[in-house]
Amino acid sequence: MEKELKILKYNDLPKLIERFRTQGYPVLAPVRKNKVVEIETVESLDAVALDALLSTQSAKKAAFPKVEKVIDYTLGKNAVQQVPVNPETHPETILFGVRPCDASGFKSLDAIFGDTPRDEFYLKKKEKTTIVSFSCPVADSYCFCTSVGGGPGNTAGSDIQFTAISKEELLVEILTEKGAKLASHFTDLLSDTKGDIDKNKFLAEVKVVFDMNAVVGKTTASFNNTALWLEQSLRCIGCGACAFVCPTCACFDFQDEQNTKKGVRLRLWDSCGFSLFTLHTSGHNPREVQSQRWRQRIMHKFAYMPEQLHVVGCEGCGRCSRACPVDMNIKEHLTSIGEIVTV
Amino acid sequence: MDQQNIYQPYLMQIEKITEEAPGVKTFRLKFTDENEGNNFSFHTGQFGEYSVFGEGEVTFCVASPHTRKGYIECTFREAGRVTTELASLNEGDTIGFRGPYGNIFPIEDWKGKNLLFIAGGIALPPMRSVIWSCLDQRENFKDITILYGARTVADLVYKHELAEWKERPDVNLVTTVDPGGETPDWKGDVGFVPTILDRMQPVSENTIAIVCGPPVMIKFTFPVLEKYGFTDDNVYTTLENRMKCGLGKCGRCNVGKVFVCKDGPVFTRTQLKQLPDEY
Amino acid sequence: MSELINKVTQLLNDKTIDVFIGYEKGSADRIRAAFARTAEQAAKLVYTASCTQNLAGYLMKHEVKKLGKPGLLANVAALRSIMQLASEFQVKDGEVYVLFANADGSFTEFTSFASIEAYLGTTDVGIKSDEQEMIARLEAMSVQERWLFWNKEFDKCIKCYACRAACPMCYCHRCTTDVNQPQWIPVASHERGNLDYHLMRAMHLAGRCVNCGECANACPMDIPLNLLTYQLIDPIKNTFGATAGMKADAVYALSTYKPDDKENFII
Repeated sequence: MEKELKILKYNDLPKLIERFRTQGYPVLAPVRKNKVVEIETVESLDAVALDALLSTQSAKKAAFPKVEKVIDYTLGKNAVQQVPVNPETHPETILFGVRPCDASGFKSLDAIFGDTPRDEFYLKKKEKTTIVSFSCPVADSYCFCTSVGGGPGNTAGSDIQFTAISKEELLVEILTEKGAKLASHFTDLLSDTKGDIDKNKFLAEVKVVFDMNAVVGKTTASFNNTALWLEQSLRCIGCGACAFVCPTCACFDFQDEQNTKKGVRLRLWDSCGFSLFTLHTSGHNPREVQSQRWRQRIMHKFAYMPEQLHVVGCEGCGRCSRACPVDMNIKEHLTSIGEIVTV
Repeated sequence: MDQQNIYQPYLMQIEKITEEAPGVKTFRLKFTDENEGNNFSFHTGQFGEYSVFGEGEVTFCVASPHTRKGYIECTFREAGRVTTELASLNEGDTIGFRGPYGNIFPIEDWKGKNLLFIAGGIALPPMRSVIWSCLDQRENFKDITILYGARTVADLVYKHELAEWKERPDVNLVTTVDPGGETPDWKGDVGFVPTILDRMQPVSENTIAIVCGPPVMIKFTFPVLEKYGFTDDNVYTTLENRMKCGLGKCGRCNVGKVFVCKDGPVFTRTQLKQLPDEY
Repeated sequence: MSELINKVTQLLNDKTIDVFIGYEKGSADRIRAAFARTAEQAAKLVYTASCTQNLAGYLMKHEVKKLGKPGLLANVAALRSIMQLASEFQVKDGEVYVLFANADGSFTEFTSFASIEAYLGTTDVGIKSDEQEMIARLEAMSVQERWLFWNKEFDKCIKCYACRAACPMCYCHRCTTDVNQPQWIPVASHERGNLDYHLMRAMHLAGRCVNCGECANACPMDIPLNLLTYQLIDPIKNTFGATAGMKADAVYALSTYKPDDKENFII
């Protein structure tokens, strides 16, 4: 659909959450908890950290939670009875107050889980999630969305986007049918825009630091550049912080849990940075050392995904770098890959 | 099976257990739901995720040929968490199965050719599916040669079938065990697979070679095939890497950009040469 | 700074060491680990008040070991890590060249374990006062309150294992968490999985933790994990008279038996 532009009074913002709640929609939004900002269920606007630069974790958990049941069964004498797990049961949910990079991050997950055969656990949740993003008035030095095709006012993936255009007013961009359906709950609070509004004036400045196509090309060609990957990852300690806060990382594990009567199989977040990720039972490990695992992380996002799923697996949100205990800065590493003269 | 849930396994009953070698067993599995069994089909080379509920899933190739319907077989060695539990199960017990996944051996394209199967140790099972699929339509192929080696006589799997193939006039079976692995009454060869292959002087003309075995065997077998003029397009193998989903999503089995679960597990040597060393 | 750079350059030039593990300027206002193998790399080394990361954990990293003989810029926690690692037979005397950063900005060379032990014997190795306060607050809580406190904290855990990866004492080739026959610790990051993991880790660090705080610093979810292991320092000391990371030939309190060990904790 063609996008619709409206104006909402800042003072009316609390009413939105009230109405969503009255309608029975769970609302997920960034909530400040000491030093971290988590995406959680909120009951009112008071709880929402609209001033937070970014949530610590991405919003992916709205459709791809850290722990999720994929099979359910009961145990008989020597028989097993499966109890269907219905991906449909997820409620219509509103993801509110997230950033454009969160909204566009779902396109990588859509590509992975939507590729045949379709993973309905993710897809149904995503389908039932309406994303209301807030464009970014500020950015920090970890942000590089504009280098990977996004931007502080990027509307891709959002159903509605708000931009503060003054202390009193928000520009409302209604972008999709889902967004229009949600906006129907607060049509009375919206007014028409007067004249052209240059949204860019109200957005953070995020400098382009590298040429994405060059980075994709050079990453693809650098598989055997062992020295590059080792040099970049010497300080990497092999934890999964980067992958778990990332909006596009989708790798997962299965684990069974059961008692004497019943059991479940759970799908859990996993990370290519863990040495166990690829370890064979024999003890052989195709990605034996951390530099190979770091290479996998970069290659997957900047070489394999662009080629196979036609999407770069990075939104430039910088969460991985902020969360990294040892300051592995992806923006810096990608910039240096982009600067490789010959590969 | 729930069509919406790609991770839900079929329930399978263990119909028959055969002890193949120390720690190695073959399960014949029957679909608990007959309809599911009737609707199920697969092709030689494909694999599945077998689950012991409460322990998890494990990946093996289907070891039975696609030409035989109504059941599937898998052969495994007790090694990790799931296979250890699997080995403790009895006939009549229920396990899960997801599949078939992955690509296939292009048997149709091999019609009218000689086939040379080279297998080592526990890698005969994936090849057994191909061998039987070809033997079940024997008239479509010229010479069929099977070279199979194991560490010791006890480690040879499918002993009954080896005996059966030995008897058949239309199959040339060569079995071998590593030096020191022979018993006093062993009538086969003694020596490593590549050495025996060299001694056999295989004819490469109009021949497809299918190689399955531990990495070290494969490494030394390829040069021998090259020596006898086998081109890379005519040499096939099947790869394995750790897997969870089997569907190209969980992110761990890739070798460079190639997912073993989706793009493999069957590769020609030409394809293999283009892959980075990540398996 | 030039003193450090000159020293390291000289160490590299005369082949005393092959790599110097120190600090360099990182992103924004951060400082990060650096691995200087050449004079050019050594020139980028820095030492400021922000250089607090315990670098001793890198001594156990496979790819760092492969670089050759290491030199290490150490703080007190790193010295104690080296002592603890030595007592667990992970580093041998003479294998690591240690440059210690004094409070006044000067550097002291430690070329033997004995010299490190001597220094530690005269140094305050206790936890910081704000940490002491938190411990006191935790100890003042009822069991129920403390249970709720930790449950709320563990609820944030995403099982990224940054705490384990950052810990200089978590070098086990196969951590209990990674063992699956049997599966001692549920892998899932749910209530039980998080609780079991953190308690297991705390128990495995009881009497081994050198209170560097890397676990809490590493946690992206801001869980004060250091308090878990810090709380075990005094009980171990009071019960067995042992403090971790003070002597290279120390025996580990929880893996040794003495006939006069107190057994009052059994009942």
